[in-house]
Amino acid sequence: MLFTSYSFIGFITVVFLLYYLLPRKCQWPFLLAASYTFYFIASPSYLLFIGATTVSTYMTGRRLDALKETQDAYIKANKGSLSREEKKAYKASMKAKQWKWLLGCLLFNLGILAVLKYTNFVIANFNGLLRMFGSGGQISFVDLVLPMGISFYTFQTMGYIIDVYRGTCRAEKNLFRLALFVSFFPQLVQGPISRYSDLAKSLYERHDFDTRTVAYGLYRILWGYFKKAVIADRILTAVNAIIQNPDTYQGGFVFVGMMFYAFELYADFTGGIDITIGIAETMGITVTENFRRPYLSKNIKEYWNRWHITMGTWFTDYIFYPISVCKPMLNVSKVSRAKFGDFIGKRVPVYLSSFAVWFTTGIWHGASWNFIVWGLMNFVVIMISQECEPLYKKFHNRFHVKDKRWYGVFEILRTILLMSSLRMFDCYRDVPLTFRMFGNMFTHFRLSELHTEAFLELGLTGADYALLSVCLLLLFAVSLIEEKKGSVRDLIFAAPEIVRYAVFYVLVLSVIIFGAYGIGFDQSQFIYNQF
Amino acid sequence: MHKKSFVWVFKAAAFLAVLLVTLFFLQRLLMPKYMSDIVEGALTAEYYEETTGHEVLFVGDCEVYENFSPITLYEEYGISSYIRGSAQQLAWQSYYMLEDTLRYEMPRVVVFNVLALKYDEPQSEAYNRMTIDGMEFSKTKLDAIKASMTDRENTLDYLLPILRYHSRWSDLSAEDLTYMFSKDKISHNGYYMRVDVRPAEGFPEPDILADYTLGSNAMGYLDKMRTLCEEKGIALVLVKSPSLFPHWYDEWDEQIAAYAAQYGLDYFNYEKLASEVGIDYNTDTYDAGLHMNLTGAEKLTSYFGRYLKENYELTDHRADPEYQSVYAEKIQFYDYMEAVQRKELSEYGEIVSY
Amino acid sequence: MEALLKILTNLHPEVDFETSTDLVDGKIIDSFDIVSIISEINDEYDVVIPAEEIVPDNFNSAQALYELIVRLEDE
Repeated sequence: MLFTSYSFIGFITVVFLLYYLLPRKCQWPFLLAASYTFYFIASPSYLLFIGATTVSTYMTGRRLDALKETQDAYIKANKGSLSREEKKAYKASMKAKQWKWLLGCLLFNLGILAVLKYTNFVIANFNGLLRMFGSGGQISFVDLVLPMGISFYTFQTMGYIIDVYRGTCRAEKNLFRLALFVSFFPQLVQGPISRYSDLAKSLYERHDFDTRTVAYGLYRILWGYFKKAVIADRILTAVNAIIQNPDTYQGGFVFVGMMFYAFELYADFTGGIDITIGIAETMGITVTENFRRPYLSKNIKEYWNRWHITMGTWFTDYIFYPISVCKPMLNVSKVSRAKFGDFIGKRVPVYLSSFAVWFTTGIWHGASWNFIVWGLMNFVVIMISQECEPLYKKFHNRFHVKDKRWYGVFEILRTILLMSSLRMFDCYRDVPLTFRMFGNMFTHFRLSELHTEAFLELGLTGADYALLSVCLLLLFAVSLIEEKKGSVRDLIFAAPEIVRYAVFYVLVLSVIIFGAYGIGFDQSQFIYNQF
Repeated sequence: MHKKSFVWVFKAAAFLAVLLVTLFFLQRLLMPKYMSDIVEGALTAEYYEETTGHEVLFVGDCEVYENFSPITLYEEYGISSYIRGSAQQLAWQSYYMLEDTLRYEMPRVVVFNVLALKYDEPQSEAYNRMTIDGMEFSKTKLDAIKASMTDRENTLDYLLPILRYHSRWSDLSAEDLTYMFSKDKISHNGYYMRVDVRPAEGFPEPDILADYTLGSNAMGYLDKMRTLCEEKGIALVLVKSPSLFPHWYDEWDEQIAAYAAQYGLDYFNYEKLASEVGIDYNTDTYDAGLHMNLTGAEKLTSYFGRYLKENYELTDHRADPEYQSVYAEKIQFYDYMEAVQRKELSEYGEIVSY
Repeated sequence: MEALLKILTNLHPEVDFETSTDLVDGKIIDSFDIVSIISEINDEYDVVIPAEEIVPDNFNSAQALYELIVRLEDE
């Protein structure tokens, strides 16, 4: 179900009404039923996969908890008789047992994801190798289902079980509660990746109907639909026209396509997250924020702290740190420091683990070289900017531009351009074509080609462009206000009541009239749908 | 607490009411009016403006609404009739159009033009909308929608047309405001008049088909039409209008003839009877052989009217004072339109207004 | 404690680590810095700070970090 389909809107309306009509104690079980229904409607076979992940994670969590209890009980019972070394050794042996369970669980769930998502990618590459060595034989592709949101819920459960292993959260004792955490339907479409400790409390709590909470949530949903239906789906027509016809649209239009895609993706992804968070909010459930006005970032590191935040922190906490501070890595660092000196030695852990993070980030986004190269390009850019930091500092100290407003604007534009150009890997068919088009953007740039008629051939009318300009300006204004003064929603609710109704009225009508939905517009799949 | 929530409910309800009223007006504004362009789209809705009954009902596609003239039927025979046809009206749509008409009146004869039986599946969203949007809401309309939708369509888009036409915001014109609540009459009891002439030209040889069997879905609706008419004691007559294109294959003709024979229905293929009717494809069509112009339609109507008069007990309404006054107005409008069209034709060489 | 302050100051000479209490929350140190700090602590104190201890509370101030080191040394 697409967020912008009538059936989805119907579905959430029914869920919302029943949620508050049912006895409070039935609220979370009802949400579980609704989530599984949502999944069932998408495809009954999906239930098998999400079910397997849920049960395996549940059992492992319980097992880890039991081992911990055994350990605590043993230490308590033998408090007097155990020496420090004995205690340490016992703890280590228990940790090793837990580690085996954890590893088993991670491998099982990652295995499901890997097989479903990457088998054909591996086959394609293998076939490529076969061709290269002149072998006639080719392996045929396998027909596999890719359950909706599998990348999201797999990572979410992995985060949960690692937290249980680390002892930062207790294992959930109720299978059905865990099942809801894994399958909570607004998140299934495109995230965010929630942490158990963040989501659990409000997810299982009983919620009374509160007009303010509901109104807040509705606002968020509407704003999300506005971004998605009015802005993103409208630009999409032009984006597709450009990126699907690289022979026609070259030079300046590669740049236009790149920027249009930047707007489209932003409006689509943040809009979708607004809808998700808003739906949860109407039911009193707090879902972690996933964006903090990323296009106002001044450098790429900051950008990644503000774009798809839950994914970024997931990779930092569960991949970057574990790799960079594990004992073997510390030893590698020591050895390389001794061998190659401080300068290189110090960088080894950071470089290796960053590489791992960006490689996985890339492949997580999709089973194709485009995404892998995109991830690695991010790695390269981040490392370069990291190494250049001392230079920047010198430059800033010398010229005192850091606190100048125009320099801030320059930094923001620079970051947007940089990130948008990396995202070209998202757009073009394969890696070589992407590089070619990137070069083409400069070599074939002719300002004279960017005339009005050419823009009108992209599938958008003058009225569309006018509307888009107004909407993007509005989006920009809202971002600025949120950056400087905080939530626009709070401001609206602080104003006289009539303002609230007026804004609501305008939003509803705008989405209905100006939304790019229905016949004449291709329903676009959410860009983050099948990840 | 109770009072507070009551106030809230009241406010929410008031807000909703204002919103819905706005949406209603916007929907009226945004729906296509079909007044100066593709006027065929306005045909369906006009039926509901009728004040007098009809004893003969035509259902079908362009081969009824361009080829039969109810005004001629009245003038020559006193027969009251109406055409419920629209562009590419498919067999199931004709069936539901009949069902819809029966909600308001009980004709004695139903005439169905069989051309649409060649289509067994929904064809085009735009034509669906032109046929169905004008229907008043009823279960019949719902069924018509369900039977007609192409893959990309959605029932909700029909029930709340604003969802379909919202993107017309950028194409709005003065016409949309003028005709927001009332439209001009464009047809003559469902007849779409054209006086211009375009002589027939050669048409390509018809394709050879792999299978000449008329589709079971379409034929099923013909059958439903027949049973419905039987139930209500209405006579059903099948006709195929004279035209040179699209091709009406002999194999199809035989199937319809066999069907008619099986159930004792009359079936007239006026393609074969064209010379008897007096149709001259060089003067009687306005688009080189596809559809009748006014002279062609009047010839065909006159010929067909004699059959109706001779075979069915139809009232001569010319003596009825109520009909007299209603039809006086209709005839005036008919003559007026003819005059305007002829004037435009001689001035500009083409018809501009219709 | 002094060795720790030295490590930190080497990394960011411009920050007063003795008084700062929002090193992570205030975005004064980032993930790369944390990795360097942990690696140097490992050299200096022979203590391995495991990934699960990398939470803002442990890294927001030099004092908190020092307490973490002491606790880990103790275990």
